[in-house]
Amino acid sequence: MKYLLLFAPELVLLSGGLLMFILSLTGSSGQQIRKAALGVGFVATLVCLLSINQSGELFYRAYRIDLFSQIFKLVIAGGFVLVLLLASELKGVRETVRPEYYLFMMISTTGLMLLVSSVELLTLFIALELASFSMYLMVPMRDDRSGLRIQMESATKYILFGIAATGIMLFGMSYLFGLTGTTYLSEMLPKLHGMAETPAAIVAIAMVMAGLFYKLAIFPFHFWVPDVYQGASNETAAFIASVPKIAAVALLIRIVTLIPPDGQVLVTLIMVLSICSMFYGNLVALVQKDLKRMLAFSGIAHAGFMLIGFVTLTSIGYATAMYYILGYMLMICACFLVICNVSKDGENVLIEDLRGLHQRAPLLALTLAVSMFAMAGLPPFVGFMGKFMLLTQALQEGFLFLVIMAVLNTAFAIYYYLSVVKAVYVSTPEKTVEQLPISVDGMTKAVCVALIVAIVFLCLAPGTVLDIAGEAVRNM
Amino acid sequence: MDFLIINDGFPILSTLIFLPLFGALALLLIPGDNSCRIWTLIVTVITALMSLTLYFDFDKTTAKYQFGEHSAWISAFDINYTLGVDGISLLLVLMTTLLIPLCVLASWRYIEKRVKEFMIALLLMETAMLGVFMSLDFVLFFIFWEVMLIPMYLLIAVWGGPRKTYASIKFFLYTLAGSVLMLVAIIALYLESGTFSIPALMGHDYSSTFQVLVFLAFFLAFAIKVPMFPFHTWLPAAHVEAPTAGSVILASLLLKMGTYGFLRFCLPITPEATFIFMPYILWLSIAGILYGGFTALAQNDMKKLIAYSSVSHMGFITLGIFVLNTSGIEGAILQMINHGIVTGALFLCVGMLYERTKSRDLSRHAGVGRHMPIFITFLTVFSLASLAFPGTNGFIGEFLILVGAFEHSILIAAFAIPGAILAAAYMFRFLQRVVWGGTDNPDHSGMKDIGVREIAILSPLLIFVFWIGLSPAPFLDVMHVSVANLIEQVSVAQPEINSVAEFIGQ
Repeated sequence: MKYLLLFAPELVLLSGGLLMFILSLTGSSGQQIRKAALGVGFVATLVCLLSINQSGELFYRAYRIDLFSQIFKLVIAGGFVLVLLLASELKGVRETVRPEYYLFMMISTTGLMLLVSSVELLTLFIALELASFSMYLMVPMRDDRSGLRIQMESATKYILFGIAATGIMLFGMSYLFGLTGTTYLSEMLPKLHGMAETPAAIVAIAMVMAGLFYKLAIFPFHFWVPDVYQGASNETAAFIASVPKIAAVALLIRIVTLIPPDGQVLVTLIMVLSICSMFYGNLVALVQKDLKRMLAFSGIAHAGFMLIGFVTLTSIGYATAMYYILGYMLMICACFLVICNVSKDGENVLIEDLRGLHQRAPLLALTLAVSMFAMAGLPPFVGFMGKFMLLTQALQEGFLFLVIMAVLNTAFAIYYYLSVVKAVYVSTPEKTVEQLPISVDGMTKAVCVALIVAIVFLCLAPGTVLDIAGEAVRNM
Repeated sequence: MDFLIINDGFPILSTLIFLPLFGALALLLIPGDNSCRIWTLIVTVITALMSLTLYFDFDKTTAKYQFGEHSAWISAFDINYTLGVDGISLLLVLMTTLLIPLCVLASWRYIEKRVKEFMIALLLMETAMLGVFMSLDFVLFFIFWEVMLIPMYLLIAVWGGPRKTYASIKFFLYTLAGSVLMLVAIIALYLESGTFSIPALMGHDYSSTFQVLVFLAFFLAFAIKVPMFPFHTWLPAAHVEAPTAGSVILASLLLKMGTYGFLRFCLPITPEATFIFMPYILWLSIAGILYGGFTALAQNDMKKLIAYSSVSHMGFITLGIFVLNTSGIEGAILQMINHGIVTGALFLCVGMLYERTKSRDLSRHAGVGRHMPIFITFLTVFSLASLAFPGTNGFIGEFLILVGAFEHSILIAAFAIPGAILAAAYMFRFLQRVVWGGTDNPDHSGMKDIGVREIAILSPLLIFVFWIGLSPAPFLDVMHVSVANLIEQVSVAQPEINSVAEFIGQ
């Protein structure tokens, strides 16, 4: 019974997946199945919340439940619910496959939850694949109205790059096993710290990190991101942009702790990748016209920014990275909420399509503006506090160069965020385009307000989140 | 907390900061353009009246920060919510609260579309600006400093003129780019001394290199905000495109953030670096004074003319600050107020003409004086004040600054004097055109003179022009102790600088 309790959040989602499967056989309508999925999501979140203080080990110590994993599970479940709430109609997905769509989404979420608790390489790998393959399948489910089959191209890119990254990761894992003779992270740790600067250990850890960098969209593992965001339906892109990144951060924290405190080479590697991601993401985002592509490049830059927390190799640095990724999830979800609702028939939204949005849907316009300013790192939004704390950590550890590169990036990133705000609030739409008000249902309005409040609140009161995250990392 | 006199009673500073914010939130629920205008006016007038108590309760005998409020905010980083006002910030706070109601009145007819959003932006601006002047914690300060950009951007971008997009984005990018390095400097100061409290950071013995780097990071942010030559190019664009209220806020209040920053941060926190960079900044100020003056002489757009005159006047203010003596700094603070009143008033005047003719062209308004006698009276007084005519407030400020400059170096002062002459030249050119014009004046017979609302906007400013001009004591008295304290803080570095100079000389 105790074991069941430990495994409760995953069990809820697994049985939810089963429920989805049954519903897909009975031919239920999209709305019914969405309600069922939402219900499962809420229950899962609740169970995560209740079991936050659980701790223990399962499956021959390959699976650990502690504060760290439970917090991430809670955030993942919350993110799952949030993504479901964004898309009230699921406009971008073919009618016939909607039940399966929810099924895959749920299985993917289960995989991500398993991932954050895995402390053994094989378990970790299986969980990662479970999450990834369901996501690979969600991309081509997009409704093919344009007839260009762009979603197929995206899906192919996604899966090819994904498998390549996984291959590299597996290769790295084999090295780790060869060096230490174990697949358990906890046993690996002391042994690896013994061979701090050996090339084999460095290569092994770097290759394992590569697989996670792929999920986080860090340069040079970012190639899939813009195409997948553009080709996948808006709802799928929202999911891919938010939830998996949370789990990837959790895993990255576990892997990075394998780096010995004096592991200069790997620290330099992370630092270089961080700077490259920021510059690449921000510079390319400047010229984007498709809003989702812009968000993809901005996501690369944000992932690079978050890596600053890992450079320090301190638990408070990891905690700040957790805070940052949580804030990022809220910001990106707010963006995608607007995209999903503005989009006509689930098509992509160009930045110029947003012109005059403040008249068509004032609340959506405000939500988008808030999330843009938040991503740009302006106060009083969560992006600012995350940026501020990451920079403080990095400077404390003496990474002055990295910090200056990072602030330079925030300076020119503002331009493209501002151009979205400009389109929303300033530009007048062309007369030829019809400007109908966008009807937004009450639930979406509530989610909008909740997101704005959360984005502001997390900035003004970061203490609680940081304390919990710090404690979680220390108890890991 | 020995630098702060904690206010145990009614939290007046927090109330002043957050009253406009709550007013803005309440506006969301208020329907109708006219009720929005009235509500905003009520909120800003109440804020203004409440702020007056600050002046009467202010203790002029201490350099400590008064009306202090202090509570922990983010304990992990020792970030606190600390507010306080001293002799340097008191007048700026009062000017902010008193000018905003005038901005609301000036926008009464000028802003016709999206009134509610405009008023919300205006109120948010007030909150942010008051926050900047009152914060005694660096993180709190920085948050208000950056928040200010968002409503100001919207004020220019949404309600601005034809080139509003260009102007607003330029404004945003310039100011943001300036402040990112300031954030690094703030963090560096925290790591060096373990606190974000601004007064606690003063008087530390930082190393010279550290001081120089921190000073440069701050300098960039503040010099762009002032704006000092050669960082001024965003200002004319932003001024010309902004609506009247936006121009007034920009000229009267926003630019003062830069000079306030110099006084509050650069001088007391990095005194040694201040001495090192003093000569360069003085010459930049001179460059600004002369450049602004000459450029203003050639303008045909009235707003541009006043914008360039601002560059020149702000040059005088930075000159006064960096001569680092009592008369210079007191003159600079007083001139910050004067410039706020006079330039604000001039922008309001131009706005009134613009409402009538939809043009800011100087030649288009030649000879308006015949048909608008009351308006012209106001305009003349403000123009004279702007060129520092004796008896007006501009004279007192500029006189004190020049006294300070002469005390410091005759050469510097000699180069600043032509600035005053240039001011007379461009202002008289402007006045001559508008009042009399030539023989080929356009037809102004349809022009109506200013009405009661417009007189009500300009009169308070007129009163202050003469009040400060004829009896500046009440304004100077509040700053004496704080300025003396500031000079003491800076002069600590004086002997050290000699050794550094010797070191460089070797």
